[in-house]
Amino acid sequence: MSEQKLQSHTVQTTGHAWDGDLQEYNNPLPTWWVYTFYVTVVFAIVYWTIYPSWPFGKGWLGGVSDITYVNDAGETKTHSWNTRALLMEKLNEASAEQKPYFDKIASMSYAQIAKDPEMNGFILSAGKALFSDNCAPCHQAGGQGKIGFFPNLTDDDWLYGGTYDKIHETLMNGRRGYMPTFGEVLSAEQIDQLANYVASLSGIGHDAAKASAGNALFHSETAACYYCHGVDAKGRKDIGAPNLTDKVWLWADVPDADSAAGKVAAIRGVITNGLNRGVMPAWAGRLSPEQIKVLTVYVHELGGGQ
Amino acid sequence: MNLNFKHEWIETNIGLLAVLTMLAISVGGLVEIAPLFFIDKTIEKVDGVRPYTPLEQRGRDIYQREGCYLCHSQMIRPFRDEKLRYGHYSLAAESQYDHPFQWGSKRTGPDLARVGGKYSNEWHVQHLIAPRSMVPESVMPNYPWLLSTPLDISDVADRMKALRKVGVPYSLTDAEYKANVAKFGETVAKQLHIPDAQKNLVEQANFGNYDGDRSGISEMDALVAYLQVLGTMVDFSKYKDDAFVDNR
Repeated sequence: MSEQKLQSHTVQTTGHAWDGDLQEYNNPLPTWWVYTFYVTVVFAIVYWTIYPSWPFGKGWLGGVSDITYVNDAGETKTHSWNTRALLMEKLNEASAEQKPYFDKIASMSYAQIAKDPEMNGFILSAGKALFSDNCAPCHQAGGQGKIGFFPNLTDDDWLYGGTYDKIHETLMNGRRGYMPTFGEVLSAEQIDQLANYVASLSGIGHDAAKASAGNALFHSETAACYYCHGVDAKGRKDIGAPNLTDKVWLWADVPDADSAAGKVAAIRGVITNGLNRGVMPAWAGRLSPEQIKVLTVYVHELGGGQ
Repeated sequence: MNLNFKHEWIETNIGLLAVLTMLAISVGGLVEIAPLFFIDKTIEKVDGVRPYTPLEQRGRDIYQREGCYLCHSQMIRPFRDEKLRYGHYSLAAESQYDHPFQWGSKRTGPDLARVGGKYSNEWHVQHLIAPRSMVPESVMPNYPWLLSTPLDISDVADRMKALRKVGVPYSLTDAEYKANVAKFGETVAKQLHIPDAQKNLVEQANFGNYDGDRSGISEMDALVAYLQVLGTMVDFSKYKDDAFVDNR
């Protein structure tokens, strides 16, 4: 068949011959293809005009579709379509869905929120999402914390207090833990005595003679531990000084030490080196007041109250 | 030109073919890129964006050396889910002093454009040494050598000079310093003065003590200082939430 075609149409070739008889046709582009190409060119020009992207002068052509949204100052605005205006519209939709809940949260007291079953459900889901995004990297997914780094939020031991107001204060402004370095102030023997005394407070195996000397030192002006940890060693929540009598450990890794000597050594380490860490970032600038209130109730439900 | 134009003419002249091919291809680039230099709305006008301090800049070098950008982007897109997770979408203005920018297009890890201030220094240090000790499900590699490697600060001034060549306003002369004071204020301008680069770096590292180890300045100090400044330069509370809708 192709031979018949060849005979009926004289087709121009490129004029080259390979291997004696191999030739290449020089056909023009099919008409349908050429016209489709012209149509796509026209389509592109129309598209540029309709779609808001074509640069024009010192700005852009706005395209044909507009987006109307309300900004945070309450002004209703109309802007030509772009992804930033689209985001405003989507955020408007989102806040419309959540507004009833957030309005309620803003108007209710913590205790009222905790008692309201519907709000409790909202706190549990919204709070879990917020907690996972923002808090879990440090306090871990369940709020169990990390010894040596970040406090457990699920127990009854609260450095700065576990009431709604205190949790809210911690979230808003952040915290910074501090304990002076005693390695340069006290002798190794004195630090050992103090460590034994602190161990004795929570029933860890210790040397009674050293603990008794440590007790005197704890309440003396030499070490002055009682300034922050209190005469009864139960800590002071106003400055975040921990209770040393409750068997809950954050900085000294007492639970993981195998022997009584190891536990005392862990305590000795903290007294020697002090602490200039325990930093909790302030969230006031990053999260909205309603989000912080949701987190306050969520964290309180993990183990707050004290 | 020959009115009897034939495509063979191009196809049989390899040099001409190459030139015309390049012309055709560059149209795409020119049309997309060239207008950005003439349009007022490309870079947002915001307060607070400044070049990195010497310490932050060295941290940024380490960020690139370790290939952090292979898994972490620094570009929050204007989508609802990204705003909820990462914060305000990134502005062009915020990376105007980045050479090269770290926007990225692949996220194995989370976006880092606004990671500054989100976590404490000690979290960053521990997380860089052993990511899974902080985030059990993480697939990030360990970078334990950052803490044990002293930061090389000998060439920090040269590095800043190189960036100055590509347009970052680090100052070498008195006149440039004064211009920076007018533009960024005195505190920032001092940090941008190349002759004081080493002194500034040491001061910031000692004052910030980012790695929690006072015995020296490690690469960890620099990297954490850099991470802690990411996305914190613009105070968005000063702007309405649609202040940048016109820029795109």
